[in-house]
Amino acid sequence: MLGITGGKVFDPINGIDGRLMDIWIKDGKVVPEEMIDKSEAQIIDASGKVVMPGGVDIHSHIAGAKVNSGRKMCPEDSLRLLRPRSQITRSGSGLTVPSTHLTGYLYSEMGYTTVMEAAAAPLVARHTHEELEDIPNIDKGVFITMGNNHFIMKCIRDGELGKAKDYVAWLVGAAKGFAIKIVNPGGVENWKYGKNVQNLDDEVIGFGVTPRQILTTLGQINKDLKLPHPLHIHGLRLGQAGNVDITIETMELMNEFNGHFCHVQFMSYGGERGSLPQSASKKIAQAINEKSGVSVDVGQIVFGPATTMTSDGPAQFSLHQRIGGKWINDDLESESGGGLAPLTFKRNNPLHGTMWLTGLEIFLLVDDPWKVFLTTDHPNAGPFLGYPQVIRLLMDRDYRTREFERLHTKAKKNALLPELKREYTLYEIAIITRGGPARRLGLKNKGHLGIGADADLTVYLPDDDKEEMFSHPAWVVKDGEIVVKDGHLVREQPGRTMYVSPNYDPQIEEDIKAHFKESYTISFENYSIRSEHMGPNEKISCD
Amino acid sequence: MSRIIEDVICKFCGCLCDDIAVETEDDHIVKIKRACPNGRSMFLDYDSSFSKPLVNGREVEWDEAITAAADILDKADSPLIYGLSSTSSESQRKAVELADHLGAVIDSTSSVCHFPTSQALQAVGEATCTLGEVKNRADLLIYWGCNPLVSHIRHFSRYSANAKGMLLPNGRKDRTVVVVDVRPTATSKVADIFLQIKPETDYEILSSLRALVHGKKPEYCIDGVNIEQLEQLAAMLKNCRYGVIFFGMGLTMSTGRSYNVTELFTLVAELNKFNRFSAMPMRGHGNVAGADQVLTWLSGYPTAVSFACGIPQIGPGEFTSVDMLAGKEIDAAFIIASNPAVHFPHAAASHLKKIPTIHMAPVSNGFTGDADVILPTACYGIDAPGTSYRMDNVPLRLRSVLKKKRPTDEEVLIQIIKAVKKC
Amino acid sequence: MKKFFTLITGRTKKQAHGLHKGIGSPDYIAATSYVEICPDDIASLGIIEGQKVKLLSEAGSVELAVHSADIPIGLLFIPMGPAANQLVGPETFGTGMPSFKGMQIKVSPL
Repeated sequence: MLGITGGKVFDPINGIDGRLMDIWIKDGKVVPEEMIDKSEAQIIDASGKVVMPGGVDIHSHIAGAKVNSGRKMCPEDSLRLLRPRSQITRSGSGLTVPSTHLTGYLYSEMGYTTVMEAAAAPLVARHTHEELEDIPNIDKGVFITMGNNHFIMKCIRDGELGKAKDYVAWLVGAAKGFAIKIVNPGGVENWKYGKNVQNLDDEVIGFGVTPRQILTTLGQINKDLKLPHPLHIHGLRLGQAGNVDITIETMELMNEFNGHFCHVQFMSYGGERGSLPQSASKKIAQAINEKSGVSVDVGQIVFGPATTMTSDGPAQFSLHQRIGGKWINDDLESESGGGLAPLTFKRNNPLHGTMWLTGLEIFLLVDDPWKVFLTTDHPNAGPFLGYPQVIRLLMDRDYRTREFERLHTKAKKNALLPELKREYTLYEIAIITRGGPARRLGLKNKGHLGIGADADLTVYLPDDDKEEMFSHPAWVVKDGEIVVKDGHLVREQPGRTMYVSPNYDPQIEEDIKAHFKESYTISFENYSIRSEHMGPNEKISCD
Repeated sequence: MSRIIEDVICKFCGCLCDDIAVETEDDHIVKIKRACPNGRSMFLDYDSSFSKPLVNGREVEWDEAITAAADILDKADSPLIYGLSSTSSESQRKAVELADHLGAVIDSTSSVCHFPTSQALQAVGEATCTLGEVKNRADLLIYWGCNPLVSHIRHFSRYSANAKGMLLPNGRKDRTVVVVDVRPTATSKVADIFLQIKPETDYEILSSLRALVHGKKPEYCIDGVNIEQLEQLAAMLKNCRYGVIFFGMGLTMSTGRSYNVTELFTLVAELNKFNRFSAMPMRGHGNVAGADQVLTWLSGYPTAVSFACGIPQIGPGEFTSVDMLAGKEIDAAFIIASNPAVHFPHAAASHLKKIPTIHMAPVSNGFTGDADVILPTACYGIDAPGTSYRMDNVPLRLRSVLKKKRPTDEEVLIQIIKAVKKC
Repeated sequence: MKKFFTLITGRTKKQAHGLHKGIGSPDYIAATSYVEICPDDIASLGIIEGQKVKLLSEAGSVELAVHSADIPIGLLFIPMGPAANQLVGPETFGTGMPSFKGMQIKVSPL
């Protein structure tokens, strides 16, 4: 039993905006005060402090084949951050691609308690789950890539949408995924012929279907299956000048189905195709503001080292062609692909400056904070350790202006940012880092401190320097246990992996078996992941 | 009672063929279907019977053996944990935990197979794919310094040269097979083109191919090949639809080591400007790819990791087992599911005989006889289930077909970790 | 004739099979205890197939029976294992990998 008393609580899901109140915890849940025997309860005196639900990250690459390829390719990244073993913790290394235990410690020390791994191809999801089990102190889930899946594309081609729905339900359960992810629909398949897609009606080679059909089919299926999170979309032409138009077109297409558009900063550029991208924040923010079914996370640039990694194989190849250096590509049979390239974002680089501005402007121009969430698309736009700095940029206009002045002259020219006076409040920060992502993920017990919520919370020391305040919370509680005390990690405990397993017509398995014989190199019987072979896990219902 | 278990995964080599049928009778394997000779003898020669651990040649109970092992590890100033490639990833994770706790060096058999490949990957990255992409798309296959018809016997039929796939309905007829090697092999005999090269010329040939692909003609001569042969090969590389180069220890063990592979990876990356191209190392043991993966996610590095300073550090030539043993820098060794006594150069293997050694392996693998503590465990994929990574890093869950009569590596490691924490 | 031969060690089917029988088994020892030399080199060494030769590298020496094989002139092949490893030196040139392929070997008839 635990009581966090006298703190100033920011709990947007429950409409609590800085009210002084006590939070009571028993058996890992938030409970009413009367259920607590105060003589036995441990009390954290939070008077003068700020209490928020534990942070929820809606999009971060922390585990699995791609992340591990990043670790393997970049020994230099290990040297950027080293953590010696202690009495209670394991050693670890890595800033942009930290080793698994270190990932858990760093998120925990930053006050985060739930993190979603942004992408795994189902064929290698078993790997992702092994790593997730080795990330302590946070709960997690994994999104399953389906935007270039052969079985789905065949169903679309043949007009068998019912079959596609049963397959999707089977697949997300077989991979123990939490949500459906789309990455450059059709483009990754075309990359296997050295090509890509540029428009929603381009053809996917060998299937005769289009990105539009893939998006709407999966949007409808996601809705029909009542998955907790809407379709998680990485659209077409990532990183290209002028891509804002296709992003808005995709938002218009998906509005009726609901869609979450991830790392939208990378998808919101103006300028002529092939030229240097410009910020199109105004245009994209207007589209987001107008469309009730659309949410975004930003993928804010943090200056310094990054490791770019995505299932968008052709995007990674063109980045590699532009910047040179190391490059990994991995084509995955019948499902997906991907690539990686290390990169450092620099203030004096005009393009990087523009990308930084684009992200911040989106944060400031989207009216409703429940539609825009804080991410750096870790580690694509920078490591998650940059969140506190981004929070300061959003809350502190003077700081933002000073940082703006440090950009390259070309990036500053005609920039919108200096005109934007908005400063986020603590309540709004609690929305974009807790309540918002939790609600959009459909996690009823996360991101708030109401009765019955998971007892995940963070206690901050108020500080004018918001970067300092959000970098070093005083206390972090996970499942009712104190994991950070006086700013120090004091406990390592396993977190849960959350997954969905919607119902499907079992007859579909015969079709899938035939598909496996034809296309795969492993048998259907060896494909599905069983929950008893995972670490601690929790099935989230679809209703 | 007899039963047939289908879809069994054979973990002998990196192919992890998962279509094996195993027939058992009264908890003995009596028949194997579809496995290659290597896999067949792994199953049929396996003895799953109970046997006790040994300490100094004396049979003891498990508690005593665990205590003896923990004692050796606790007393050592510079212990080495070595092997890992034939155990499950669950055990590998425990082995790394033990190494981290002890401040030990941990190294897998990758150290003497594809660590140079990892070093090349650290330098330039790698364009690669899964075996299904090879089966479904690859019209040009190059086997460089490897002999899959001996080491990965079903590779041709399941995944590559002879497999029928999406864009290659006629299998072998639709593909061109090239072998590059220093000697004729079983594999070179079935190739369309065999480029027989002189030992130690791989790097020059790969560099020349890079030049030719970019339209430049090298002006130097390479011993053993003529420029027309290379021009022909370069044209094939550029003109195929989806090419794959499989490579083996012909590159990693020869002069140049990681530089050979770096040149190969660079060539393959550059070829993607013209068409699609991938490279893939022929990983030997069933879960050697998993050893790289597990070590990487737990420490940041794939092989040769020292925890001696409290943080993970990588050191090719420094924390690699052969160097550390030959340099007598190791004062106790914990060998897991491998046989360095026969697979290491004599100067390194002989140091193992001079220091306290713990050897944990399925009993049928045979022991060196020199180990102070011998821990006979169950065999993953035969009498214990567990996760294994295929040569293309696709993870599979190994099945168990016999009743387990000895503990698993993971169970023993958990006990040893408990015991050393008490020390 | 060449003064030095280049040694290549590697896997064979029988060596793999022998491993399953155990590293002390006669199968394994037989599978790893011979050296392949091409017929031309056998002739110029003045030996016959089956005869034992002494192999000497800077790391050590071993005596093995000769098998005639279709390999290039100047090359020796020994299946990976304890016999081959008498000849392989521990130098890894900073990579961790010893010269399992490429050791220079002197061959003398016994």
